Amino acid sequence: MSATATARRPKQRKGDLIFSGTTRLAAILILVALAGVAIFLTVEGIPALDAPPNKLGGAESLAGFVWPLLFGTLLAAVIALVIATPFSLGVALMISHYAPRRLAQPVGYLIDLLAAVPSVVYGLWGIAFLGPELVPVYRWLEQNLGFIPFFAGPASGTGRTILTAGVVLAIMALPIITAITREIFTQTPKLQEEAALALGATRWEMVKMAVLPYARSGIVSAVMLGLGRALGETMAVAMVLSATSGVTTFNLISQLNPSTIAANIANGFPEATGLGVNALIASGLVLFVITFAVNFAARAIVARSERRLQG
Amino acid sequence: MAKSIDVSDLNIYYGDFLAVEGVTLTIPAKSVTALIGPSGCGKSTFLRSLNRMHEVIPGARVEGKVVIDGQDIYGSDIDPVQVRRQIGMVFQRPNPFPTMSIYDNVIAGQRLNAKKMKKSDADDVVERSLRSANLWEEVKQRLNRPGASLSGGQQQRLCIARAIAVEPQVLLMDEPASALDPISTSAIEDLIHELKADYTIVIVTHNMQQAARVSEDTGFFNLAGAGLPGRLVEFNSTKKIFSTPDEPSTEAYISGRFG
Repeated sequence: MSATATARRPKQRKGDLIFSGTTRLAAILILVALAGVAIFLTVEGIPALDAPPNKLGGAESLAGFVWPLLFGTLLAAVIALVIATPFSLGVALMISHYAPRRLAQPVGYLIDLLAAVPSVVYGLWGIAFLGPELVPVYRWLEQNLGFIPFFAGPASGTGRTILTAGVVLAIMALPIITAITREIFTQTPKLQEEAALALGATRWEMVKMAVLPYARSGIVSAVMLGLGRALGETMAVAMVLSATSGVTTFNLISQLNPSTIAANIANGFPEATGLGVNALIASGLVLFVITFAVNFAARAIVARSERRLQG
Repeated sequence: MAKSIDVSDLNIYYGDFLAVEGVTLTIPAKSVTALIGPSGCGKSTFLRSLNRMHEVIPGARVEGKVVIDGQDIYGSDIDPVQVRRQIGMVFQRPNPFPTMSIYDNVIAGQRLNAKKMKKSDADDVVERSLRSANLWEEVKQRLNRPGASLSGGQQQRLCIARAIAVEPQVLLMDEPASALDPISTSAIEDLIHELKADYTIVIVTHNMQQAARVSEDTGFFNLAGAGLPGRLVEFNSTKKIFSTPDEPSTEAYISGRFG
């Protein structure tokens, strides 16, 4: 900025200066914290490249150690989203367009409350209730749908499988996705809805013609936020999932399950020593990068569909 | 195709609030009927009751009869969705579906009625509707562009094409030109002139010159008083309304002395 420009600038009031200074400081602090985490993970993770197999849960290399964990993380998150997305959209639509207002509001509050339940409670519920309840379901799946690799079995006797973990994660992601999509659905322009209705659309046809196209990019970002939650969730998965290290399998209902990165860190950290700690930190770095990638991908998708909308 | 509309003793409510009271009139087929009156007098509400769009608002309901082609559209066995499929509507602000192409916008109503349609039939409907709406020449090269890429006046003609693509018996227009510039307005008015050969048209307008230009008959709505429901003050041929109206309040309104 040149001297003349500074001179011409009107005198700033004290309140403005303090306010802009505080917000700038806050923004910079966030970036510093983020950079600090990234640097820490990288610096502490690098030594793990030379870790011997006994520090890597028996794996030959760091990649061999992280890959099954990454696989488990993604698998659990995908299961969670496959279950949570249709449910969330259904609930959000019910609240925004179907239920009478008297019913819609309390239901909305209840869904928001789901987000406030601590994850350790979900974990307890998963171990003590959902897992055992799902055992007969898994047996049935094994007997009747065993030809599908997902349900090859043998069915777990405790129900603490990756599918159970996915269901628990789905319930945890549900309030996030529902809250955001509900908000977007209710913002659909009245004019668009009336255009569809005046053409003789039924309620569902109106939703298809006006509400869903309007909300498309919002749905994507809502799902991605839900994915972020599912990827990073630690406690509930660590409690529910009975994991075996080094496993990668699409068999969702057996005793042999891959762990997730976050849960593996939580379970392994207390006993880890030396390079074992570095290996866990390296896996944390991978999770960090994946989460970032997911967020960027979501933003890219949203931006593209918005551009198309403006045509 | 075009049908007359007989309205008798129609009361329109929003919840407990009586918005429009005791409307009785006959809207002739294949002609343009204009509804004029000050803001908030219930003319748009009345228009929306003619295709049961009124009841989209929670708590809204009507008493009385609206008979089209010998059938009371508020009969207990009548599905409002079916009513709306036979009565087209054009809104105050152009509202094409923004994610749909021009082509898909025009065919949207047809797709609701009959799920399966031959490509050539669909092409015919799109061309015929866009031609009727005087839009074909402007968009025939870019039917796959989004509807939102058109100008405001073109978007409104696209909405008219969408409404007439299903060949409705009646076409309702709620201030169709109020958001448009004079040139687009004139295009829409020309279009209304052409469309009345095939359709029964009811148009709400704030522009009295427009009512005088486009309509055969005119209904004047007004509030019975502050806080009282709106009612139909006078219904007559447009010529008579704008020269020697029966009611003094009509004369006061059209000569600009109030409202």
